[in-house]
Amino acid sequence: MLKIQNLAMRFGGLLAVDGVSLDVQEREIHSIIGPNGAGKTTVFNCMSGFYKPSGGKIIFQGTEIQGKPDYKISRMGMVRTFQHVRLFTQMSVVENLLVAQHRHLSTNLLAGLIKTPNYRERERKSLDRAAYWLERIGMLDQANVDAGNLSYGQQRRLEIARCMVTKPQLLMLDEPAAGLNPAETLKLNQLIVSLKEDYSVSVVLIEHDMNLVMDISDRITVINQGRPLASGTPQEVRVNEDVIKAYLGEA
Amino acid sequence: MAASNVRHALFCAIVTLVISYPILGLNLEAEGINIVLTGTDTTTVVAIACAALVVLLFQLFRDSLMGKLGAVSNLNPLTGRKPMEQKERAKLESWVLTGLVVVALFWPFFSSRGAVDLATLVLIYVILALGLNVVVGLAGLLDLGYVAFYAVGAYTFALLSQYYGVSFWMALPLGALLAGLFGLLLGFPVLRLRGDYLAIVTLGFGEIIRILLNNWTNVTGGPNGIGGIPDPTLFGMEFGRRVKEEGNTSFHETFGIAYSGEHKVIFLYLIALVLAIITALIIRRLMKMPVGRAWEALREDEIAARSLGLSRTAVKLSAFTIGAFFAGFAGTLFASKQGFISPESFVFLESAIILAIVVLGGMGSQIGVILAAIAVTILPELAREFSEYRMLIFGAAMVLMMIWRPQGLVPMRRLHITLKTQE
Repeated sequence: MLKIQNLAMRFGGLLAVDGVSLDVQEREIHSIIGPNGAGKTTVFNCMSGFYKPSGGKIIFQGTEIQGKPDYKISRMGMVRTFQHVRLFTQMSVVENLLVAQHRHLSTNLLAGLIKTPNYRERERKSLDRAAYWLERIGMLDQANVDAGNLSYGQQRRLEIARCMVTKPQLLMLDEPAAGLNPAETLKLNQLIVSLKEDYSVSVVLIEHDMNLVMDISDRITVINQGRPLASGTPQEVRVNEDVIKAYLGEA
Repeated sequence: MAASNVRHALFCAIVTLVISYPILGLNLEAEGINIVLTGTDTTTVVAIACAALVVLLFQLFRDSLMGKLGAVSNLNPLTGRKPMEQKERAKLESWVLTGLVVVALFWPFFSSRGAVDLATLVLIYVILALGLNVVVGLAGLLDLGYVAFYAVGAYTFALLSQYYGVSFWMALPLGALLAGLFGLLLGFPVLRLRGDYLAIVTLGFGEIIRILLNNWTNVTGGPNGIGGIPDPTLFGMEFGRRVKEEGNTSFHETFGIAYSGEHKVIFLYLIALVLAIITALIIRRLMKMPVGRAWEALREDEIAARSLGLSRTAVKLSAFTIGAFFAGFAGTLFASKQGFISPESFVFLESAIILAIVVLGGMGSQIGVILAAIAVTILPELAREFSEYRMLIFGAAMVLMMIWRPQGLVPMRRLHITLKTQE
């Protein structure tokens, strides 16, 4: 469903990403790994429209999306999380989930002021959806807590739920396990797998936690210094000599 | 420990003396063309000395005094009480607010003309502050040129009435819409800006409007302003002693009561009250709507908001436009109340005061902003006795506020949203 061909991103004289290609199938967890500074997040930023790539093509469900504005890409069904959690910290947990469902603002300005039945129905639906996902991530009790007051693990899960309420087809997770303890990582692990199994979402994952990556990935792409190093199933990547030298280490 | 305590107490007492003696103890008096400095009577001097002594004693024994005070507060029966249930509190609040509105409706009939006039001004500031609250408090866009939209509203009415004889009721929506349009126009160039940069551009915009009004003499009358702006009418009834426009009748003749200048003042007050309530209700509703949440999301984290499919353009422009719209409301009202406007009324200081109201009240909090608008407008009037020192007192009050309660008088409270639990 997502094809990246020869993606390149140049910042002045620095070629941060060069010739990276990726092919994500329906209902697949595809991980991108690589040492720090390899350009993984840059690839993400190009995919989600934060950067305009200097070269290459990104094709999502048959349409070229490179260079499109970020909010349009997100509306097409490609939603991302961030390396450092970006919640709306002063808003409550439910409100975080409600905001994510408000894409068409201007159209219902008047409808909202006079509270048409149609508007009420839509509001009720988005509330139900928010409630469903809160229960799914086990945070229904914290619905009215300010998002900034949650524990880090909860914030991570809320961020994923916030993406999921937008009904995406492809979810991009940027180091979702960073800063989590082993128990929280396990919970997250199960959550990501269930997103694929139960909601048929494809997941593109950037992660350093090798246990997580090897456990849940269907395929892995390794990037080193902006260039693709290897690609394949976890078993193939684990024994690839280049990968071991550059990243996994000889253990 | 004790020595430093004494030194601190002495310092505080001296500061009290240094501040209060020149303000209260010295008078400038004009004798012919000379100005003479004279001391006040002994009672004032004694009072100042007493005040300094009290400060000294309080600072000396502060620790033990405060310790005792802490024990006293335990006697307060309310301290251990649990906070009220969310629903009950909302109900109580709505009753109190309704009561206040009813009082505000009937209050002017038992009050002096000056007080009603001041209250009208307060209400104009309430509308302005509520509008700016959308831009600054909710959407987090620092706007230092807000007064420009106020000016657009006021001048729309003034010019339309001067050149085309348009009445207040026609000009009210026109002024607001035009101000909203200006908000939209300003919104486009500043879409990419945030924080300091945005503040500077809006500041420039405010000045452009004022200087334009000042210099476009053959249309706006320049610094001479525009006078003779008509009062609002009540279904074609005028409030003047004599009817100015053909076809209108006068209010006191229709009802067969004696003419009184107060009728007009009260009528203006009531219009201002109704408009302020409408403004508050509309914005309150907007805050609960997708638009309102999108404004806040943009304030909290623009990148995250965009990654979720919110268009920055739509969100920012809607905040600017709606904020400006209500400023236009207030401007039209202001022009009608004053009967005369000039660029003097729309200087940067006005923007700063409205911004101060929003910050003092608590960003995003409607009740806080309304209270702050009342306080900021009335306090300088109450402090008139201190004449030239009142701005000093105003400034000091603001500094203290920001130190002790940076979140504002009544910080914004999140709305409790009850969810149906799934079975």
